[in-house]
Amino acid sequence: MPYKIISSTCTACTACEPVCPNVAIKEKNGTYIIDPKKCTECEGEDPQCVEVCPVEGCVVVDKSLPRYAAA
Amino acid sequence: MSPKVIPIFVPQTNQSSGCGAKGGSGKSSCGSSAGPSDLSPEVWAKVKDHPCYSEQAHHHFARMHVAVAPACNIQCNYCNRKYDCANESRPGVVSEKLTPELAAKKVLAVAAEIPQLSVVGIAGPGDALANPDKTFRTFNLIQKEAPDIKLCLSTNGLMLPDHVEAIADLNVDHVTITINMVDPEVGELIYPWIYYNRKRWKGRDAAKILGERQMQGLAMLTARGILVKVNSVMIPGVNDQHLAEVNHAVKSRGAFLHNIMPLISDPAHGTHYGLTGQCGPTPQELKELQDSCEGSMNLMRHCRQCRADAVGLLGEDRGAEFSTDKIAAMDVAYDPEPRQAYREFVERERSDQDAARASELAALSGQAGDEKVLVAVTTKGGGRINQHFGHASEFQIYELSGAGAKFVGHRKVGVPTRYREAPGAGGAPALPSQQYEFMADDERQGANYCQGGWGEEDILEDVTAAIKDCAAVFTSKIGLCPRKDLATAGIEVVDGFAHEYIESSLIAWFRQRTETAQPAASAA
Ligand code: SF4
Ligand code: SF4
Ligand code: SF4
Repeated sequence: MPYKIISSTCTACTACEPVCPNVAIKEKNGTYIIDPKKCTECEGEDPQCVEVCPVEGCVVVDKSLPRYAAA
Repeated sequence: MSPKVIPIFVPQTNQSSGCGAKGGSGKSSCGSSAGPSDLSPEVWAKVKDHPCYSEQAHHHFARMHVAVAPACNIQCNYCNRKYDCANESRPGVVSEKLTPELAAKKVLAVAAEIPQLSVVGIAGPGDALANPDKTFRTFNLIQKEAPDIKLCLSTNGLMLPDHVEAIADLNVDHVTITINMVDPEVGELIYPWIYYNRKRWKGRDAAKILGERQMQGLAMLTARGILVKVNSVMIPGVNDQHLAEVNHAVKSRGAFLHNIMPLISDPAHGTHYGLTGQCGPTPQELKELQDSCEGSMNLMRHCRQCRADAVGLLGEDRGAEFSTDKIAAMDVAYDPEPRQAYREFVERERSDQDAARASELAALSGQAGDEKVLVAVTTKGGGRINQHFGHASEFQIYELSGAGAKFVGHRKVGVPTRYREAPGAGGAPALPSQQYEFMADDERQGANYCQGGWGEEDILEDVTAAIKDCAAVFTSKIGLCPRKDLATAGIEVVDGFAHEYIESSLIAWFRQRTETAQPAASAA
């Protein structure tokens, strides 16, 4: 289950993009998205995108996808 | 659990006040109406054309902010980054997106249009140093393409120590740090969290890290001779009692200017403070705190809490004329000539104004007792009384005494439309001081007294409330009806000095006033 961004609450503040250690986040049509193939859930530390995002509940685990560790 | 931990850096450099850090006399007024005499030549050279660092320059010079820094690394309780932050010059993150390339082009376009432009700053909409690549790339481009423009930046200070070298290398000679506390116990009431070292910190830990980084960055900058202005948001009941301590801490680390600004809080802004009913200070409370800090340091009293995309003289915002689309379509070239010519013109005006003030002061000497009077002035800039009363969206407030005329602040009037229309905002009308500019210039004029639009009574009530502690209002022209109403409110209307210099006119009026008052007083 990698992380995903709820685009309706994302303010496109750009804060998450540079902090992702796996370059999984990019802008798309005025909002930000996470590439589930690249996201490693920041294994071993806190998920950086969640830590930096100013909007409560904007970056969440994507339950529709399998856990990264299992994938 | 922990005791007060903050003062870990104790470089009590020298005994000077922030102003004379480079060996000036240490007298207290460079941020207010001081001229070159109070400052060392190299400091004066740095501030004389900077509208925010010199009260004098703010009559003549314009600044612009380019909003290239959308990301932020801390959360403040007075800021909701979805919306325009009224306190820290942050338009909502979505308002405008500007790449460094477009920003540099915008600077050229504005410079071509506004010869008063002297400074370009990066103040957000997030934090300049949470976006170091964008910020420094923008500065690089501007320096290459418009070398006569000065650079400055504003930051919350969290990442400052890491970037002091880059700042010095780029010749950024003014930095503003927002410091609202030096005590984590106070800080945890202001900052719910920070993002630092790949981790989110909360509560007292967050405030402790932030406070230490701010103090460290400040000391590093001043050690390199970079002028630092400290902004503090005055939050009644949270840090108002604490700001004297902040003042002391930043002064001892060599800050040049301390700018205590009122909290702007409204439920419509969706901020934590807005939603929980935390109030801002009244203009009078603000002035009291500023006065009490003044003895120890230069205070800035002319800050307009501008947006991160503001353009123009302080108190005006011509940002709408330079929207991203318009800039992209423009063809601009670099031409420093008109700005050079304007600077020379200002030099001449300045020495003229200084001479006029000095001669009025000489005439006044010894005559005035301990009396202090506040007066209000309407001006469009240039240091002259040159604005029609009905066009004024703000009043400049001066304190007159035997020592002359001292600028002590500005008061805004005219209720912005959004306050009128915002649902739920009706219950607690914003104080005149708590308003910032939403409207384009022509729209704003309609909001002012005798200009139609809203009920005149409302506006006049606003005006009288804003300047009720003033003995007189100086204006270039005024209609019959407001003149009568002001007289009823006990405020004298003076239009005899239309288009004259502000300070010499005020002193002349003050002298006449004391002359006529004295015989009467001694007879009584
Ligand atoms: S959880 Fe980590 S790896 Fe995944 S998108 Fe967020 S920052 Fe990148
Ligand atoms: S940090 Fe949050 S709000 Fe900002 S761009 Fe990323 S997901 Fe959107
Ligand atoms: S916010 Fe204050 S310090 Fe910044 S540009 Fe405006 S007046 Fe100057």
